[in-house]
Amino acid sequence: MSNYYVRRTARVFATIFAVATLTFGLIRLLPGGPFTQLRAQLLRQGVPASEVDARISNLQNIDPNAPLWRQYLDYMGAVAQGNFGESISLGEPVAQIIAEAVPWTVFVVLVSTILMFAVGIFLGSLQAYWEGSRFDKAFSGLSIGLMSVPFYVVAVISLYVFAYQWGWLPTAGTVGTNVEKELSVPFVLSALEHSLLPIFSYTLGGIGGQALAMRGNSIQVLGNDYVRVARLRGLPDRRIATRYVARNAILPMYTGFLLLLGFRLSGTVILEQIFSYTGLGYYMFAALKANDYPLMMATFLIITVALIVGVYIADLTYSKIDPRISAGGSDEAY
Amino acid sequence: MKRTEREESSATESSAVVTDGAGVDWRGSASSSVTVTRAERLREFYEETVLKPMLVAWSDSRTRLGLLIIGFYVSLALVAVLGLWRAPSTSQAPRYLTLFENMQYPLGTTASGTDLAALIIHSTPDILLMVTSGGLWATGIAVLVGTVAGYKGGSVGRALMSISDFVMAIPGLPLVMILAITFNPKNPILLGIVININYWAGLGRSIHSQVLTIRENNYVEASRTMGVSTPRIILKDVLPNIMPYVTVNFVFAARYVVFASIGLFFLGVLPYSDQNWGVTLNFAYNGGALFSWSAAHWLLVPMAAIIGLSVGLILLGQGMDRVFNPRVRTRLTGESASTASADEKETGMTEVL
Repeated sequence: MSNYYVRRTARVFATIFAVATLTFGLIRLLPGGPFTQLRAQLLRQGVPASEVDARISNLQNIDPNAPLWRQYLDYMGAVAQGNFGESISLGEPVAQIIAEAVPWTVFVVLVSTILMFAVGIFLGSLQAYWEGSRFDKAFSGLSIGLMSVPFYVVAVISLYVFAYQWGWLPTAGTVGTNVEKELSVPFVLSALEHSLLPIFSYTLGGIGGQALAMRGNSIQVLGNDYVRVARLRGLPDRRIATRYVARNAILPMYTGFLLLLGFRLSGTVILEQIFSYTGLGYYMFAALKANDYPLMMATFLIITVALIVGVYIADLTYSKIDPRISAGGSDEAY
Repeated sequence: MKRTEREESSATESSAVVTDGAGVDWRGSASSSVTVTRAERLREFYEETVLKPMLVAWSDSRTRLGLLIIGFYVSLALVAVLGLWRAPSTSQAPRYLTLFENMQYPLGTTASGTDLAALIIHSTPDILLMVTSGGLWATGIAVLVGTVAGYKGGSVGRALMSISDFVMAIPGLPLVMILAITFNPKNPILLGIVININYWAGLGRSIHSQVLTIRENNYVEASRTMGVSTPRIILKDVLPNIMPYVTVNFVFAARYVVFASIGLFFLGVLPYSDQNWGVTLNFAYNGGALFSWSAAHWLLVPMAAIIGLSVGLILLGQGMDRVFNPRVRTRLTGESASTASADEKETGMTEVL
């Protein structure tokens, strides 16, 4: 058993290592390669070639004239120490930009995903209880409708209606421009006000799928013998609903929750762009547009690490939550 | 359905052997089953693979609606391919016509006087191509990896699953963005593949776990002891079992292509040669359609096109589940009177968008 945990943990580091290598390779694939543009620009400004090289190696902790394996080792070494170099377009250390961006993204993704699951589970279980009723049919239709609306459509429409036309909510940013960045009531209120639309649009579209999944799971659980036995024992409905049905129906959705959390982090590339919400996705896209390779690689890596850790936690905790699942399994070769 | 057909044909073969060789008909009145003509077999095949699925599919209102919607988009694509509607170009119409204001341009026009209906219609063929190729790619690779890894097990299985885990760990949208900028794929078929470049991993993983239980079945073991080759076992014994799941997930993969591609076109990341729904949305968003009610249709028309297509795909996916559910199947084709309540089997794929 402990052997499994050791292996699983080792794999997390192996995957992160592999993805870091991949980013190193990917960036070199990009048109022009790293820093070609910057070098041309600096040379045009009359900066001597030796100083250009020095500046660029400072930006990325890489000596552009060194052989590839040397560049690779330097890059990996720097990344391992949390040093991602300096952003070309913003002129700040990448680690600092990311440290400022991550809380906003995590806040929006976490809150919207939890809300999405909570509402979806609530609606789905109600539907399952009243299976076949008019309520069930109406909400099944609604769920399918919600599933077919991409979140960015919700985002653009809500931005259009609530922010631009009615002017109820701010159109861009994470906090108001005249609010001090400190932990105070006006700051929190402003942050909430700014995050309302992103969270709303990121939540709404996902509810449908979760409700349908919960409905299906609950109907399956409701047909089980132990639920019937619980009814025969005269247990109160509330107890059956929460202890017997909900627990077993939510179980399969638990892994999905952690996986989705990671996936939805990458969706923020689109979401944060629409709301000009300066989180990870926003900087990732800005870096892509500005050929800002250090920033781009770092955001890519951070999102990947979040995804890997999500899957890792899901794997490790699942066998704790559901004792029927044992880690590992039959692995006989045919 | 493939299994029953195969069993049926092998049964006739074996009984033929028995009657010819020993001359003792141990099956009693089996004389009728011996003479199955080719026409009968063909008809049986047609009924099993074409007629019944169609009947079941059509009897479900969701599938019917889904098929109608997809059919509508296919006909839109045909209209574009056959050139039955004018091609979009700037200043072909008065600017900022709203919906149904001028019946010549029923969906209105953009800020540059382009017919919105023309924009929507003429981008449909490419979008359908992209969606199909992306869906086929994702499900194809997933089936290949999932079945081989699940059936073979051992070090092959472990290696394939490790690769899947690695691919799954790479965030989809950012990867697609980088790939799109690097390779600049303008061909819709290629674009579909790029967008679903790592979608197969999650699907492959869940197929793998299903195959792990399927491979313990008696008939798989029988095939193995008979020395049937691995590809044949996978094709004949394993694949039919997961086909329903695969078909449903093909539809979901296709829907993911719609969502992701339009989203990335909207951001202006993907390369394009002609305006499509996403690019139109981008132009509307950046062209000031947000600031006035009078230009709202410019945003709403492409949005409606996207939502319509994904509603069609989802309805189809939900209904497909019914087609493959044997209990629902027999009831609807009138073979069995006993009906079990249709158990809803939800697909466990996690949706990204």
